[in-house]
Amino acid sequence: MNTYDVIILGGGPAGLTAGIYLSRAKQSVLILDQGMVGGQVILTHAVANYPGLPELSGYKLASEMKKQAVEFGCEVKANEKIFGFNFKGKEKFVTTKSGEYRSKAVIIAVGGQPRKLGLESEIKFQGLGISYCATCDGDFFTGEDIVVVGGGNSALEEAVSLTKFAKTVTIVHQFDHFQAYAHAVKAAEDNSKISFIMESDIVEFTGDQSLTGVNIKNKKDETITKLKATGAFIFIGYVPGSELFKECVSLSRRQEIVTDEDMSTSVPGVFAAGDVRQKKFRQITTAVSDGTIAALGVMDYLNGVDPDKI
Amino acid sequence: MTIKGIYMTLDTNLKHIETGVELEELINSSDNVMVCCGRMGPMCVPVYDAMEELEGSGSYNHMEFRDMLFDTPEAGVIRNLPECASFRGLPFTIYYKNGKIMKATTSLQSKEQVTAILDEIV
Repeated sequence: MNTYDVIILGGGPAGLTAGIYLSRAKQSVLILDQGMVGGQVILTHAVANYPGLPELSGYKLASEMKKQAVEFGCEVKANEKIFGFNFKGKEKFVTTKSGEYRSKAVIIAVGGQPRKLGLESEIKFQGLGISYCATCDGDFFTGEDIVVVGGGNSALEEAVSLTKFAKTVTIVHQFDHFQAYAHAVKAAEDNSKISFIMESDIVEFTGDQSLTGVNIKNKKDETITKLKATGAFIFIGYVPGSELFKECVSLSRRQEIVTDEDMSTSVPGVFAAGDVRQKKFRQITTAVSDGTIAALGVMDYLNGVDPDKI
Repeated sequence: MTIKGIYMTLDTNLKHIETGVELEELINSSDNVMVCCGRMGPMCVPVYDAMEELEGSGSYNHMEFRDMLFDTPEAGVIRNLPECASFRGLPFTIYYKNGKIMKATTSLQSKEQVTAILDEIV
């Protein structure tokens, strides 16, 4: 069995930051990611507000974080689906397809997945018009009419970036106001290619071989509008990836892992960081902060420091 | 690596297909070929990672795993396939058996999805 001081589940900004701190503190660290290392940040077209760095792609930022973690000695494994775990005792166990791993502490930093609308037709047209990544697929829709679903910062910022390609972008949002910051809303409102359909939901994606339209239901009068669109980009937030751990650690009503201010969960030796954790603000910088605190919390835990006596 | 003036940016451990002729020679000389045509983007990299792992697992030694940069003119041999006509998401992944296309997928596919396809068609 492979033994480490700390196993970190999730290789996004929170997990990688924790890995950097812990490996630099001479702990042996294994980062296991069930998908691609980098987390949700890799879907971001441009990160312009990460302190100290000029605007860069989310993919580039995540790649640099991974490189830094590896240089400090972290072992990083991607595509490691977690088959089982046992966090009850002093020793923690994680089982993946590649083997069983043991550690003294665990940090859960699995982040979340893009929230989907949950429509049957959404699955049918994924990759055939429906996308969750403007950076990846935007240029397939050059000169075409597309919709963006959502009203947060991601939706409005990506809608603006998609106007580089699309002829028109219609933002469909369920409320009569946006959750995005004022500057993002203004940038979208000032863009002549962007129009808005508020207080409405997409109820069906239509087409044959690929997407050709969307049916939009007005929430006030329940009328259905058929809109021609060959592309639909969905940015309606994230679902925390806590499902796997719901029998183990305490979760909030929204299925986020509950921690104290040291990122410690309800189970001794098990910490949580990043978007999977219960908190109000989800930014790359807050994930990095969580990762830092979780790493320091783990060090205290491993050193037997009683937080009540500090 | 420069291909006809275009900078090769697929930073993977897979063998790269660089020309249409090379692809044709491969599918004519190998029974089973999987080609992932994409960029170094978030939807593509997990597929490359899955291919690298499957290639290294030893369970698919009868399979040739390759990638191809989507933006080269030569990648038209993938981009313009009738099987990809409706595709609107990267990467385009093509599975060949005995020189024929058995399956084509668009957008992100998990390692489990790739494995299922390989087990089904190969």
